[in-house]
Amino acid sequence: MKLSKPLQALVIIALLVIASLYIVLPQQIGSISRPFFPIKIGGLDLSQELPLKQGLDIRGGLQVVLTAHMESIEEVDRQSALDSLKNKIERRVDLYGVSESTVKTAVNGQDYRVIVEIPVDVADTLQALSLIGETAKLEFALPQYLAGETATDEATFAGFTPTDLTGADLKIAEVTFETENRLPGVSLTFKESGREKFQKLTKENIEKPIAILLDGEAVTMPIVRQEITGGQAQITGSFTVEEAKSLTVQLNAGALPVPVSVISQKNIPATLGADSIRKSIIAGGIGLLMVIVFMIGNYGKMGIIASVSLVLYGLFTLALYKIIPVVLSLPGIAGFLLSVGMAVDSNILIFERYKEEIRAGRGWQVALELAFGRAWDSIKDANTATIITGLILFNPLEWSFLNSSGAVRGFALTLILGILISLFTGIYVTRNLLRVFYHGKNQTPKKL
Amino acid sequence: MNWMKLTPIYFLISALVIIPGLFSLARYGLKLSIEFTGGTRLTLTQVQSDSETILAAFKDYSPNVENRSDTSITLKMKTIDQPLAQKQIESLKEENSEITLTDFETIGPALGQETLKKTLNALLLASVLLLAYISFAFKQIKYGVCAVLAMFHDTAVLLGSFSLLGHFAGIEVDLLFVTAVLTILSFSVHDTIVVYDRIRELNKKTKGVTYIELINRAVTETMARSLNNSLTIIFMLLAMFLLGGQSTKYFSLALLIGTITGTYSSTFTAAPLLVAWEKLPFGKK
Repeated sequence: MKLSKPLQALVIIALLVIASLYIVLPQQIGSISRPFFPIKIGGLDLSQELPLKQGLDIRGGLQVVLTAHMESIEEVDRQSALDSLKNKIERRVDLYGVSESTVKTAVNGQDYRVIVEIPVDVADTLQALSLIGETAKLEFALPQYLAGETATDEATFAGFTPTDLTGADLKIAEVTFETENRLPGVSLTFKESGREKFQKLTKENIEKPIAILLDGEAVTMPIVRQEITGGQAQITGSFTVEEAKSLTVQLNAGALPVPVSVISQKNIPATLGADSIRKSIIAGGIGLLMVIVFMIGNYGKMGIIASVSLVLYGLFTLALYKIIPVVLSLPGIAGFLLSVGMAVDSNILIFERYKEEIRAGRGWQVALELAFGRAWDSIKDANTATIITGLILFNPLEWSFLNSSGAVRGFALTLILGILISLFTGIYVTRNLLRVFYHGKNQTPKKL
Repeated sequence: MNWMKLTPIYFLISALVIIPGLFSLARYGLKLSIEFTGGTRLTLTQVQSDSETILAAFKDYSPNVENRSDTSITLKMKTIDQPLAQKQIESLKEENSEITLTDFETIGPALGQETLKKTLNALLLASVLLLAYISFAFKQIKYGVCAVLAMFHDTAVLLGSFSLLGHFAGIEVDLLFVTAVLTILSFSVHDTIVVYDRIRELNKKTKGVTYIELINRAVTETMARSLNNSLTIIFMLLAMFLLGGQSTKYFSLALLIGTITGTYSSTFTAAPLLVAWEKLPFGKK
């Protein structure tokens, strides 16, 4: 048996609907769990339930924009310094164990930036900021003293002489607790290179102090009692447990190649997002209902079919959001809802055209096909115009003279996707549904 | 119907809406958010003291109360970093033992300037590209120019309304507003193209009618669809404005104003502009 073309199309649509439902619906509804398909396409694992990714403004968190102080770096090396800066910060965030964080870079003229988003509470942001933002440059140095003028005068401190032992020689840093008083400290284990340097350093400085400097500040200055061969050192100072943990993370991730400072910071409480989402869903539902009532009231049976397409539009869009995945922000949700209002646009253009063709005395089948063909010109031009602005907002090539704010991009992405999917549902889906399910009346008698 | 006979009236209506807005823009400007000006916004909860005490704690940063409820207060001030802000909050702990910082946002002044510049770039780029695209799609530059002029008409209405809203209701213009403006550019053009497309089509089919008659017919034939097209969007936006979350409320309002003026302008500005173009010395060809 061979299916007619519109029926073939319906089969394709039905398959898409099933696939989308499979992606969109939760794994378990009540006691019914969905069938298990161990399908993997690229990085997409369909056996797992795909999460709908939520932006920072919904789940709450911290966004910081850091600017890198590149003055001391050669112009040609700045980009690579920025990349290494990003890697180091990424490692710190990972080692600290905050999941779902993002670290991005942006270059604006002579300004090099790192944008960090971490889902932490406002109460923990100060700590997070110091974790990310401190250079954490570790050095071992020898304090220099000027002897007093007379034998009874105390020697005066005259600064540090750096040694060749630095954070680069470090293998791992760990939080330790001193045996007597349980005070937190940080233990340093050196690599092969560092072990030799450390051994040499301690050998040459027995009964003298060695300073451990962090970002130029002495954290601790122990006196060497004997040559140390094991390649281990301790930093003790007045740390809290949290500080000791941050420090080990920073040391393990490596020092930042350039110092950074905060130029913008945004904390969003998670409760705000949950409330906004609930309101947006209600608003979206009511809006959708109004659109459906309007379409059915205005176009009758055709309106019903357009409404079916509209619901499918919502379904396909959600499925695509999960697959890509689109990080859903509040402006993104606004963009999605807006696109629902726009999705019926092409249907309205087509249906109005259909009415005209009927008025011109054509049979309904001819009118239907003509309407789809003739409305295409204006649909194409109008939607291209929207896609042009969508692309300017989304700034896909990361042009530095345009904005690349997450909120704006989120909105633009949902808008562009909305247009593309709505062209598919508004034209392909509606057209084939109409071909199969719609029967118009021919005007009798025909005006000829 | 001879819609174009009333061209001066349409332009008069537009002027009546736009002129107060432009006046307000010139006089009061827009109330820019810290995203453009730089600065800090923070929210404190479990506040017992009156607003004056809180303001006094931040007096070095010229603070303003933006929102005050029983126990929470939102302040806007010059750029301050979080450790410093936290210090000031500590000093308030004597009177407000439970006081907590729930929301903190700070933007360096330089970043604000940059955002403003990038926004203008985006507007400029959008105008040029849309002008080029429409001129190309309709094969005549007058369509591009008139569509873009109608687009500026809508932008002026939107900016004017928000200047007035900013002055009288304290509503701020933020990055999302800019997004709304850009979206409205495309909506405006979207609607205009529906009308122009019909003019293009009639132009091919019918011979021996004047250009004005052609435009009149196109406007009559597309009136219903322009209105219906916009109505579905307006339904959605109205629901979002009235029922949606606080953070996108004014974004929805901006889109709503833009969609309404966009619908008006496609029929009553973009089409009459074509007629006006014809009357220009170089227009008639």
